[in-house]
Amino acid sequence: MKILVCISKTPDTTTKISFINGNTRFNSDKVQFIINPYDEWYALVRAVELKEKLGAQVTIINVGLSDSESIIRKALAIGGDDAVRIDAEPDDAFFVADQIAQYAKQENFEIIFLGKETIDYNGSQVGGMVAGLLEIPFISLASRLDLEGNMATVERDIAGGHEIISVKTPFVISASKGMAEARIPNMRGIMAARTKPVKVLPPYQSEKLTSVKEYQLPKEKGGPKMISAEHPEELVKLLHEEAKVI
Amino acid sequence: MSILVFVEPSNGAFKKQAFEAVTYAAKIGAMLKVEIHALCIDKPGENELQVLGEYGANKVWYVNDSRLKSVDPMVYAKVIAQLESKIDSDVLVLIQNFDGKAIAPILAARLHAGLVSGAIDLPRIEGASFLVKKNVFSGKAFATYEMHSPKKIISLMPNSIIPEKISNTASIAEFQPELDDADFKLQVKEVKKASEKISLSDAEIIISGGRGLKGPENWKMIEEMADILGGATACSRPVADIHWRPHEEHVGQTGLTVRPNLYIAIGISGAIQHLAGVNGSKVMVVVNKDAEAPFFKAADYGIVGDALEVVPKLNAAFRKFKEGA
Repeated sequence: MKILVCISKTPDTTTKISFINGNTRFNSDKVQFIINPYDEWYALVRAVELKEKLGAQVTIINVGLSDSESIIRKALAIGGDDAVRIDAEPDDAFFVADQIAQYAKQENFEIIFLGKETIDYNGSQVGGMVAGLLEIPFISLASRLDLEGNMATVERDIAGGHEIISVKTPFVISASKGMAEARIPNMRGIMAARTKPVKVLPPYQSEKLTSVKEYQLPKEKGGPKMISAEHPEELVKLLHEEAKVI
Repeated sequence: MSILVFVEPSNGAFKKQAFEAVTYAAKIGAMLKVEIHALCIDKPGENELQVLGEYGANKVWYVNDSRLKSVDPMVYAKVIAQLESKIDSDVLVLIQNFDGKAIAPILAARLHAGLVSGAIDLPRIEGASFLVKKNVFSGKAFATYEMHSPKKIISLMPNSIIPEKISNTASIAEFQPELDDADFKLQVKEVKKASEKISLSDAEIIISGGRGLKGPENWKMIEEMADILGGATACSRPVADIHWRPHEEHVGQTGLTVRPNLYIAIGISGAIQHLAGVNGSKVMVVVNKDAEAPFFKAADYGIVGDALEVVPKLNAAFRKFKEGA
């Protein structure tokens, strides 16, 4: 069985966000980059668990420039077998999805995994687009996946609850919390990752359909109005008269 | 030329999110001077479909096909794309909810259309440039996207626009998509729905509790506040992880992203991951016994105090206000 795990490079969760060039570019100076947590903790780890249980080849794919090397090595240390980096700036979801789909077309993956969204652009777009481009089923926001032969049982979030569905491979699945427990790579994994193959491919012909024109930071709040615990009616008054939310 | 908006009823009736989406589409339609078509892949009553007209839809299409009872995003995208090609839409509007998140990107791939997901404001149309604003970096910033493709898809973040009724009547028609049994690849085995309370993504007021509540038995006071204010209850991640509250109530980066008008956080310290899921709220109130809790920095109003002592007093004050109102 061949599994593809798509990983994205994102700023660490605690990063203080700022912009440069007249608010047209993200300021990556002194920013620590990580594997997008949903891609790593849930999608990649579940792929590695399936490999350990059923046997599989887990390939990591990243659309990114050479500064993605360290996150790719980490994904290999967690248990990926080999990796592909499409050497291009990943600044439009359609472009990224098209790169992944064009690569995947040649390889016959049974499952394509990714996280439910990235924590930088919060788009939830690439998974559905890859499925749409490959014309295979898309299961979004999945919190459980079990596989028997080519038949998968998946639990996915729906409005106000969840549902259990079955689907045949191949498919694309986006992972949310619950799919797996995060793993820390061990020393053996880190050593092994150094020698695993990473293929760098030039980008496929595609298009960018959106671009960020400008960024903005939210207005600084001047600090909260503090209300004494003894006088909660003061809060009720402010919520009604000042904030007008009750 | 037209705008197409996809809306789903819930138990046979449309909810606020649908009216927001139709209002949003109608406002874009007014800018571009084109008609608004609404599509519902279900068959609620004629009167219910007509309600979409009151928010600005010129034509409402419904689909009556029992195979479409559960949402297979690939099939739904196919249906929407077929109607799109029939009416030649320039802009498609969906809602950034569980289904919209799955359907919109498939549709974007099929139509070769740019997609901005989670839009929080009306587009700015300046000559040939079409600009759409959304939250990025988990609510720590905004980005304005320029869309370059002829077809454009926007999925609208719930509670980003106020639904507006206008004097308008829609014509209603059935749309019969061409579907093959082989299109249906997902089989639903079981649906587990939480109780029929106000859903978190629809709620205008959310009362949320954290570990400061000390135990699940103390949630009665949170539920009481939600009852008084007509809101929904939510919780922080640790509380869902230790099963004090169901997973469906978990808001934050790994849970649900919400943007109510009022978010009252009780006994939640406000880790960056929690803030990422709630910082789109218009007004935030924080009750915490630790005056140094990071949540106070993000809050509009704060009370320092033990939740178990403060909340009953607050409930009494809210009740008095509601009874007097």
